[in-house]
Amino acid sequence: MIVRIMGEGQVRLDDVHFAELNKLDDVLLAEMEGGDGPGFRQTLHALLDKVRELGTPLPDDSLEPSELILPAPDATLEEVRQMLSDDGLIPG
Amino acid sequence: MSGVMKRMGMIFRAKANKALDRAEDPRETLDYSYQKQLELLQKVRRGVADVATSRKRLELQLNQLQSQSSKLEDQGRKALALGREDLAREALSRRAALQQQVTDLETQHSTLQGEEEKLTLAAQRLQAKVDAFRTKKETIKATYTAAQAQTRIGEAFSGISEEMGDVGLAIQRAEDKTAQLQARAGAIDELLASGALDDPSGMHKDDIQAELDRLSGGTDVELELQRMKAELAGGPSSAQQQAIEGGTGQSAPQQQSQHQDTPRFDK
Repeated sequence: MIVRIMGEGQVRLDDVHFAELNKLDDVLLAEMEGGDGPGFRQTLHALLDKVRELGTPLPDDSLEPSELILPAPDATLEEVRQMLSDDGLIPG
Repeated sequence: MSGVMKRMGMIFRAKANKALDRAEDPRETLDYSYQKQLELLQKVRRGVADVATSRKRLELQLNQLQSQSSKLEDQGRKALALGREDLAREALSRRAALQQQVTDLETQHSTLQGEEEKLTLAAQRLQAKVDAFRTKKETIKATYTAAQAQTRIGEAFSGISEEMGDVGLAIQRAEDKTAQLQARAGAIDELLASGALDDPSGMHKDDIQAELDRLSGGTDVELELQRMKAELAGGPSSAQQQAIEGGTGQSAPQQQSQHQDTPRFDK
């Protein structure tokens, strides 16, 4: 599966890692919905570190569609919440 | 999976599909690619700087070696002047070793200089490419944004036309309903007129028709009375019958028979 870290690039991840990543992802979602800013930042960084650690980076010139997308490391809780709102990632 | 990753992926895909194609936002990819090119350019420039630094260091070493070499030459000359040929020989042999090092360093220096020139040229070319890419990227981004706007306008228009379609349908439905009611009313009138439908209210006849019916009914009664009177008086004569049936035309045949009884020669 191909995962994009926004503003950073794409990595190829083996499906076997998803159970582990999903735990962090669920925590991240709960923190986002609960408005826990510091927790969100910590979990986001942990998740990104895990993806970077387990994944193989794709070359810059490859343009494969990502199956999963992760916010940029410096994304704030508010920004991510806005991305997930009705307006989505591309305005309009 | 229902976390942030999945939801962002789904939203991204839905938006991308809706907007233009299955690719991710090309603007982000372009910006990212440009960033990477800038980093590469930075690396090349750093490489040029490293080579230049090495060249400088070689030049310093060369200068040192050459000054040592000059010093040894002077020492050899002085030793020879003092009649110490052995010392002069030593100095000159050390100088020869240094000269060999100098030659090696000069070769290295010229190689580095060549590398540096090549790298400088590559950096310049890369800079031009990055600049061209930046211009192209901005053009593509503008085109993409315009295409998106166009898509939005298209969607807005289709939304409007859908609404208009709804209005049209409502009007159509109202027209159909009216036509249906009119047809039904017409059919009931026809059925009532043909007698296939009884009018339970009795209101179908208007008052003029009712008066006409009453008048004709009265005439019938009068005629019946006269006929009965004639029967009682001794059987209906043809003249009486005619009077009954013909009304005012009854005197003409009588006048005609009187004329027939009168002899024509009296005249």
